[in-house]
Amino acid sequence: MAVVETRGLTKVFKQGQLGAVNNVDLVTHEGEFLVFLGPSGSGKTTLLRMIAGLEQPTAGEILIGGAVVNHLTPRERRIAMVFQSYALYPHLSVYNNIAFPLKAQKIKKELHRKKVEWASSLLGIGGLLDRKPRELSGGERQRVALARAIVREPTVFLLDEPLSNLDAKLRASAREELEQFHKRIGTTTIYVTHDQVEAMAMGDRIVVLHQGYVRQIGTPKEVYDDPADTFVATFLGSPPMNLLESGEVIVGFRPEHFLPAERLPEGSRVPLRFRVTYLEFLGAERILYGSLAGSRFEEKEVLSRLPAAVSAAFQVGSVYDFGVASENLRFFDRQSEKRTQPKAIVW
Amino acid sequence: MNPAEQRAERRGGASAAPTGGEKPRARGPGGRWLGAAMFLPAILYVVAIIGIPFLLAFLYAVGDVRVGSVGYHFVGLQNFKSVLQSPAFRRSLTNSVIFTVGSQALVIVGAFTLALALRDKFRGRGVVRFLVMLPWVAPVSLGAIGWKWILDSLYSVINWVLVAMHLFRPFDAPQWLGRPTLAMLSVILVHTWHVLPFSTVILLAGLTAIPRDIPEAAAVDGAGFWRTLVHITIPMMRPILNVALLFGIIFTFTDMTVVYILTRGGPYDTTQVVPSLAFFTGILGGDLAEGAAISLFLVPILVVVAYLMLRVAHRAEVT
Amino acid sequence: MAAGGVRQGFFTAGHVAVLVAFSVLLAFPFYWMLITTFKGTSDLYDITNNPFIFNAPPTLEHLRLLFGETMYLRWVGNTALAGALVVAITLLLALPAAYALARLTGQWGQRLGIAIFLTYLVPPTLLFIPLSRVIALLGLQDTIWSVVVVYPSFTIPFSTWLLMGFFKSIPRELEDAAMVDGLTRFGAFVKLVIPISVSGILTVVIFAFTLVTQEFVYALTFIAPEAHQMVGVGVPTFLVRGDVYYWGSLMAACLITSLPIALVYNLFLDRFIAGFTVGAVK
Repeated sequence: MAVVETRGLTKVFKQGQLGAVNNVDLVTHEGEFLVFLGPSGSGKTTLLRMIAGLEQPTAGEILIGGAVVNHLTPRERRIAMVFQSYALYPHLSVYNNIAFPLKAQKIKKELHRKKVEWASSLLGIGGLLDRKPRELSGGERQRVALARAIVREPTVFLLDEPLSNLDAKLRASAREELEQFHKRIGTTTIYVTHDQVEAMAMGDRIVVLHQGYVRQIGTPKEVYDDPADTFVATFLGSPPMNLLESGEVIVGFRPEHFLPAERLPEGSRVPLRFRVTYLEFLGAERILYGSLAGSRFEEKEVLSRLPAAVSAAFQVGSVYDFGVASENLRFFDRQSEKRTQPKAIVW
Repeated sequence: MNPAEQRAERRGGASAAPTGGEKPRARGPGGRWLGAAMFLPAILYVVAIIGIPFLLAFLYAVGDVRVGSVGYHFVGLQNFKSVLQSPAFRRSLTNSVIFTVGSQALVIVGAFTLALALRDKFRGRGVVRFLVMLPWVAPVSLGAIGWKWILDSLYSVINWVLVAMHLFRPFDAPQWLGRPTLAMLSVILVHTWHVLPFSTVILLAGLTAIPRDIPEAAAVDGAGFWRTLVHITIPMMRPILNVALLFGIIFTFTDMTVVYILTRGGPYDTTQVVPSLAFFTGILGGDLAEGAAISLFLVPILVVVAYLMLRVAHRAEVT
Repeated sequence: MAAGGVRQGFFTAGHVAVLVAFSVLLAFPFYWMLITTFKGTSDLYDITNNPFIFNAPPTLEHLRLLFGETMYLRWVGNTALAGALVVAITLLLALPAAYALARLTGQWGQRLGIAIFLTYLVPPTLLFIPLSRVIALLGLQDTIWSVVVVYPSFTIPFSTWLLMGFFKSIPRELEDAAMVDGLTRFGAFVKLVIPISVSGILTVVIFAFTLVTQEFVYALTFIAPEAHQMVGVGVPTFLVRGDVYYWGSLMAACLITSLPIALVYNLFLDRFIAGFTVGAVK
């Protein structure tokens, strides 16, 4: 059963301007970790807020558990949300923060303690119940926010970039905790982020958004290996896919597929001459910047990404025999920027 | 774009490291002396104009000084004793308390309600804000005189309306400034009217300081309007409510303008408050010593309020 | 803030009622001043007339009286002059003080800031008696100089506090860069910080000026003659001949004085709140 579904969901803030969210159709799978991924302004947060009931859609429907919920308040939708800042109530203790939703729903007082203890032990914060939010570290605050969310046993979790306020070191461990949490609980989760690494690592499926439109929905592998358009192709993967225009077609290949000729796998390939202009040594890999010497694309910069296993030396200014396996080429229509069939092009 | 720029774009602009907060900074050249030199004139001026009269007030109060007197005789606590024993003073002290408590209660409730109403943007908010700020912005004496006309014994527009509604017979309508209880009520209401916009601004600042996602989280958690207000908004506003209250108490307890303009302390001293009594005794009456003694009774209140304010400020810093 | 459809409707109805109620209650006296200004005298002093309508044709008589036969314009001039002088003194002393507090002092700065703030809590009704003597001794009694000397005692603390807030919001790096480029600390203050803060300084000017116009107690105490009085004291005192209040002219004076101040004040209110909240957050 689909837990959350949207049909033609649209939000326009200012008349006559492009909508923040345009005609979004999506269906979640039960228990999955679905990621809304996109740059700022892509509409991912607005989309989440509409599902939560914090924004009213201009058009379209939102369904939770099969029922249309457009007219319902957030409380009535049985969703739980974790905000970017966690939004913990600063004047309440951790215990009272977690108990707050129970009080608001007028649940009997005798049950409060049991539920709070259950939620807090699930997140390993049983010892922090008497503290105030300002006394907690960033990671602890995230756990309190999750405990507060889960104590109501919602049907859907909504998370709005909960990791972006943490510093880099903390982010990795907090991310792992979130993944563990999801495995343990199994509640359908929608997660908003602009960080494509997070999206790839955490998501069961990713919804890629740009300027309010859904560009692609798919598993991390699908959106990475088979991007639906040039936006998805360049947004996922760092450094992004090399794109070259040729007539009515744009041809692309990822830097990790642009390798010295001897490293290419068996099978059909496109040989290319690569003049190196700049090198970055990053430890586990090297990035080579250069151009395709003697080709139509000589003016354009292309990148190659070599794992440390490739130990050959490369000189700036020299030209080398590189290439790309044909199966790793991606083709996009120049006009629509959408994926098309492979075409023969002149290099 | 040159290759280096292309490269930077490719790498997808690593997010700029957030500039750290203010690090403790070594003072620049000439720092310490310059700071003192820049600060001193202001503090000297203020201390002179405030400190010297403050001390003089004590000296007068324990002396025997009248307008036009030449010498100075020390009389100890005699003035204070006579002031404390005077029924006029006792009455003025009671009146001051009633005046302050009454108006502050109304102000806090009114200002909070108005601040809530003004928090979110809406069309015409600028106009409403202009109208609502008028009592505070206009010189208080002018606003008070406007009220004096509105509450006039014969021509009060309020009375006209009450009579027209048949709640009172003509010539029988309330004497707002002429009857003791009504006069006190009028003075309280006019002062409330004057202070309310100021307190509203303070509370509004506090309200807008609450991050937007807190009430949203409360909504998601299932709290309705009243629960959010009582359990989330008001507790979070506690420090600023205290500040508004303390400011209000000071301004009200030490104010004489509204009383002076509306009733001159009357009828029969029933609206006389401590500062206005000090004025009538010391300035109009010429008895500087007794006037000073009376006005010094304001000091205990100020000290208590100042202490409480510092406590609140300190606590607010911690959150 | 109200989320969801159903709640929103309820909130709005009550919301509107609150706004209308407060607007009416708070602004009504000024509306009343407006009506009274133009009402004919016979209309004004007739109890049987409906005060909300013009039973006799509106008149400019009260305005003529106010501008022609009273010292109103003189008072306005006095107040404007006093205001300008006080603002000048205030800026001269408060600008460096605020800068020093915002930048040049550490622990000390906090304490002094609080001390300055506390002086603001000492009321005129405590100091006016001894001050009246001091003013008399200095020979400033009954002149505009009495208030020009005394008013900075409250405009300086207020302005310093507000300016501190504005200065703190300027990043330190700007002055550091200027000093690296060769300016002294004081030079950076004058040539860099002040020009950047012009809008904040303007706000302070406006608010200090309104503090001057609103003051009552000192002006009442120090100045007796009509010709030298401030408008806030002159209007309630001298537009009364014996026991007779010239309400028409009185209301006209109140309105004409209050409105410009209110308009200017409102233009700068947002800036004031911004500076005020920064100053409050140490």
